[in-house]
Amino acid sequence: MKLENTLHFSIQALFGYPARTLLVLLAMAMGVASVMVLTSLGEGARLYINREFTSLGTNILIVLPGRSETTGGPPPLLGQTPRDLTLEDALSLKKSPFVAKVAPIVIGSAPVSWRQKDREVTILGTTADMFDIRQLTMGQGAFLPPGDPSSGSGIAVIGYKIKKELFGNQSALGEWIRIQDWRFRVIGVLAKKGQSLGMDMSDLVIIPVASAQSLFNTEALFRIMIQAKNRNAISTAKDAILRIIQDRHDGEDDITVITQDAILSTFDRIFTALTFTIAGIAAVSLGVAGILIMNVMLISVSQRKSEIGLLKALGAGYSQILQVFLAEAAILSMTGALLGLVLAFLGTYIIARLFPYFPVHIPPWSVAASVLTAQVTGLIFGVLPARRAAAMDPVSALSRR
Amino acid sequence: MIRLSHIDRVFFVGEEQVHALADVSLEISAGEYVAVMGPSGSGKSTLLNILGLLDRPTKGLYQLENDPISALSNEQQAQVRLNKIGFVFQFFHLIPRLTAAENVELPLILAGIDPGQRKPRVRQALESLGLSDRARHRPDQLSGGQRQRVAIARATIMRPSLILADEPTGNLDRTSGNEVIQILEDLNRSGISLIVVTHDPALGERAKRNIVMTDGQILSDRQQAP
Ligand SMILES: Nc1ncnc2c1ncn2[C@@H]1O[C@H](COP(=O)(O)OP(=O)(O)OP(=O)(O)O)[C@@H](O)[C@H]1O
Ligand SMILES: [Mg+2]
Repeated sequence: MKLENTLHFSIQALFGYPARTLLVLLAMAMGVASVMVLTSLGEGARLYINREFTSLGTNILIVLPGRSETTGGPPPLLGQTPRDLTLEDALSLKKSPFVAKVAPIVIGSAPVSWRQKDREVTILGTTADMFDIRQLTMGQGAFLPPGDPSSGSGIAVIGYKIKKELFGNQSALGEWIRIQDWRFRVIGVLAKKGQSLGMDMSDLVIIPVASAQSLFNTEALFRIMIQAKNRNAISTAKDAILRIIQDRHDGEDDITVITQDAILSTFDRIFTALTFTIAGIAAVSLGVAGILIMNVMLISVSQRKSEIGLLKALGAGYSQILQVFLAEAAILSMTGALLGLVLAFLGTYIIARLFPYFPVHIPPWSVAASVLTAQVTGLIFGVLPARRAAAMDPVSALSRR
Repeated sequence: MIRLSHIDRVFFVGEEQVHALADVSLEISAGEYVAVMGPSGSGKSTLLNILGLLDRPTKGLYQLENDPISALSNEQQAQVRLNKIGFVFQFFHLIPRLTAAENVELPLILAGIDPGQRKPRVRQALESLGLSDRARHRPDQLSGGQRQRVAIARATIMRPSLILADEPTGNLDRTSGNEVIQILEDLNRSGISLIVVTHDPALGERAKRNIVMTDGQILSDRQQAP
């Protein structure tokens, strides 16, 4: 019996029982589609986080006061609080040749008013370097000018949303706004830009770091953002920063330096693991579909007993009958998988339309893996019924007892 | 052509042994027309199944064209069924989802014959049995007599040397039964050996040789006077 004839015979048999065939196809298709849609969501989440982190700027290091390492070393002495990071600490980092930009950050919240309008706003005290580090763009005017960071001045750059709320359509440039009891002249408005990682750059007011220190009456920096010279300089820059601050802090190793790369690769690992996990869970549904194929094929074998007996009487051997039933299982799983592919692409298309900001994308490996798994389960679960059919005793299969 | 020597076929039903065939010895030459008769349960079908290689004897030697059958593997026995033996059953055993032509074509497909050669052979087989206009009908669109004729076309498409028919008219009225027997006898006249199991004495009388069985044994075996 030639392959094309086996396939033709099997297809005819499948069309002979349309309800049963459709049921199995549906189960297979759902299994394959769920693997692909779920992995595309996991992959989408990974890409989303990735994009968010890169929008933070490139080659970024963040210096935090206090050690947050949780491994090794004796517990900190009672009552010991980490030493504050100061503006001088930040400026001293510029000594390192691996550090390109340094932006000290003081953050707080204060009422901001212009004429009758006022509201509570996040105030960010920093320096001119922030502009490059965060890759900001100006809508109007200019950013904080470079100059001695330790002397404050009454100038402010405001976010797009603050501008809209306080000034409406009027021009804000050159206007004086009041932050708490201090007066600041608006020298620039940030361009409208999406938010990145929780920090809404349109909803804040940026002032020189020294002014912010006076405003909030503190010497301590919230953190320091640093841009390394280039990608390869990141880890050397990290070591340099730790050393410089340690020197300044009487040998105390009391800061934490986070690199963007480290965070990024951590998230990357988490989301890749997550994607594989949900793919695995979804693959269970493929197994279920395989078991369904087995059940349906077993029913089919017992219902087609006399057909099998007849084929044997006509001269079909063990292997021919085995092939006919294996072909049926293979056709079911293959067609089901193809249907599943269509369903999955349809599903992700709809998701992409509903959530344009979220990058859904079916990873190629999940297409290959799910289709392959469908095939393999279909065949594995098809073997038992096919063997049962092939081993059937023709006399009792043909008798009407 | 066929030689059975001391054939036993024992079924085990629980503790009990059922001797469906007990020490049956028989010789049938090529081209013979044999009717097997006897009461229900006498072992007629069992004999036919063993002759057709659907069943194996518990004991004894079966030689078909001088080859001992027990020496053949399962796949080789399937090849013998495919090429040398045609079955005609009481219940036709046509595949319901296939048309008459497709049912007749099955043995050719199993034999791996090219489609180009299959179609004319099927057409010719149907034509010689007066079924040309029924080729595209499915079994449920055919009468009993027509179904049995399709089954005969299927049994003969591989040009076997032996046709085994177990109550071929058992499910047919007298007219279509006679038609079917006529066809089988025509085939026999063309040189094919024919063994028919029947309950109908009138049919038995038509055969040139009559074998009567009881309790798994051959009670009588006589040649009709010409
Ligand atoms: N698979 C089986 N298992 C147990 N006993 C069986 C089996 N097949 C046949 N027998 C027994 O063997 C004996 C012969 O059966 P067989 O079918 O050959 O009879 P038969 O002559 O064809 O009868 P009928 O005219 O009713 O068709 C019977 O007693 C039957 O019960
Ligand atoms: Mg019988």
